[in-house]
Amino acid sequence: MAVLVLAEHDNSVLAAATRNTVTAAAQLATGPVHVLVAGQAASAVAAEAARLSGVEKILLADDAAYAYGLAEPLAALLISLAENYDAILAPATTFGKNVLPRAAALLDVAQISDVTAILSPDTFVRPIYAGNALATVQSTDKRKVITVRTTAFAPAADGGAAIIESLSAAIPVPRSQFVGREVTRSERPDLTAARVVVSGGRGLGSKENFLLMEKLADTLGAAIGASRAAVDAGYAPNDAQVGQTGKIVAPDLYIAVGISGAIQHLAGMKDSKVIVAINKDEEAPIFQLADYSLVGDLFVELPKLCALLSGAQG
Amino acid sequence: MKILVAVKRVIDYNVRVRVRADGSGVETANVKFSMNPFDEIALEEAVRLKESGAATEVIAVSIGPVQAQETLRSALAMGADRAILIQTDEAVEPLAVAKLLAAVARRESVELAILGKQAIDDDANQTGQMLAALLDWPQGTFASKLSIENGHAIVTREIDGGLETIRLALPALITTDLRLNTPRYASLPNIMKAKKKPLEVLTQAELGVDITPRLVTLKVEEPPKRKAGVKVADAAQLFDKLKHEAKVI
Ligand SMILES: Cc1cc2nc3c(=O)[nH]c(=O)nc-3n(C[C@H](O)[C@H](O)[C@H](O)COP(=O)(O)OP(=O)(O)OC[C@H]3O[C@@H](n4cnc5c(N)ncnc54)[C@H](O)[C@@H]3O)c2cc1C
Ligand SMILES: Nc1ncnc2c1ncn2[C@@H]1O[C@H](COP(=O)(O)O)[C@@H](O)[C@H]1O
Repeated sequence: MAVLVLAEHDNSVLAAATRNTVTAAAQLATGPVHVLVAGQAASAVAAEAARLSGVEKILLADDAAYAYGLAEPLAALLISLAENYDAILAPATTFGKNVLPRAAALLDVAQISDVTAILSPDTFVRPIYAGNALATVQSTDKRKVITVRTTAFAPAADGGAAIIESLSAAIPVPRSQFVGREVTRSERPDLTAARVVVSGGRGLGSKENFLLMEKLADTLGAAIGASRAAVDAGYAPNDAQVGQTGKIVAPDLYIAVGISGAIQHLAGMKDSKVIVAINKDEEAPIFQLADYSLVGDLFVELPKLCALLSGAQG
Repeated sequence: MKILVAVKRVIDYNVRVRVRADGSGVETANVKFSMNPFDEIALEEAVRLKESGAATEVIAVSIGPVQAQETLRSALAMGADRAILIQTDEAVEPLAVAKLLAAVARRESVELAILGKQAIDDDANQTGQMLAALLDWPQGTFASKLSIENGHAIVTREIDGGLETIRLALPALITTDLRLNTPRYASLPNIMKAKKKPLEVLTQAELGVDITPRLVTLKVEEPPKRKAGVKVADAAQLFDKLKHEAKVI
């Protein structure tokens, strides 16, 4: 079985999520794994992808139509390539979720979203109901179209030497046009790939107080996440939301501060290796999940913890 | 401009969902159902477009059992003009839902379809993108802002790295994210009025759509439980545990 992975990138670097997706592809494939890099002036991305171990060939489609990752041209490109593949995979990120179902419908295939385990070439595990249940599903479609939950698969390492083949596919004129992007700038590690994530909730009380989370993150080299309530209140940007309908993270250490632990939040972080919760309400549901529960006022405990952590580093 | 809004009846987001002991699915007996929260947002946006004069009619569509009529009545009470139920007791997958919605969109000549980004039961996040594909429409998914200008939809999208704005030629498809708007509560007079608004019931056969599932659910199980944690007295003890016991700092 030959597998095609749709790469996520920004025309200069390969997104980390692509590496996890390649690992899933390698598990599924009995034949070659190819990676599609569609972009504009994206040859550096193709070169990076070519070094992924387990990948045989990179398909590079370079065209202005692919510059911003719009769904229409990408889905059209995918279906033009589909007949050579038994499965098409993309990461279950906002990029993959946007493009892949469109391609699936054009192929008349039922997509399998957010796959966390591959049991056989046609049988997969995926979470439903905010991760309250795991469904094992068998696909009867000839071709499989799958988005991959990146936290469930290790990132593919370098070590390969794939060939790069340029594509010259015709693309229909899109009726969607890119206008602009406001990228959240941060020196911190990427939330979904960070080893340590510290997340703040409504308990922080204000945007100013949320700076305490910055301090904590500084001492740990951590990425900053947030609950929906914290994002809605404007303490943190929308792309920091962790949960069922935000980002899924599984770091070595997750510290939840002033977060009650609604099921929708837990869905996004419960596979973290070590979970710490700081909350003044001893009944908060987050404590049912935490490895280390600190019942107390965050405004008292957080500065103390930060001092200990920076002392330990200095 | 007519707008189609798809509303799904799902287990209420406050319900603690339990897996059936026989692994056949989750417990649905004596459980509260509501409109999928993202669909409330979709409906609110459509009603606002009508109130602003950008749209002429809002049609709410649901695919599901007879009880989904209640969901449609709530949609009518929130401001939809009429409703269509495609009634079935089968579990309908996103691809089939998209095909049914496409048939309705064509029949009704709608120019805008607004769906939720995700149904909180199957967590698929597919149907809107699939509907756009089947209609060959441009798509604006995960919208946190929407405006209609000169035959175009200007959509701000929540993406992993921040926000993105795109411009779509109508007809177009939108899926909603959480921060697009805050849905209104239906007032009592509007709930009464909704009882008189038209609600049409159709079958998939009348729409000529095959909804045979492509996926077979072999089993549904509970996720593995985490082992119980410990309480720490203060920041100092937490620091010590993280350093010497968990060894993560
Ligand atoms: C469709 C839908 C999708 C959703 N998706 C998501 C999602 O993806 N992610 C997500 O997070 N949520 C999501 N939610 C929202 C979720 O249901 C909760 O409302 C949200 O997670 C609550 O955020 P919170 O824990 O910060 O706030 P709250 O529940 O208000 O909790 C605040 C906590 O702070 C504690 N606290 C207050 N002051 C202090 C102090 N001084 N010291 C210590 N502790 C203190 C309180 O005891 C409380 O436990 C979704 C909801 C819906 C309906
Ligand atoms: N059975 C259904 N009836 C009406 N709308 C639906 C149905 N299933 C999905 N949808 C719509 O599609 C969106 C995304 O659902 P999903 O792709 O299943 O996550 C929902 O928010 C609804 O707007």
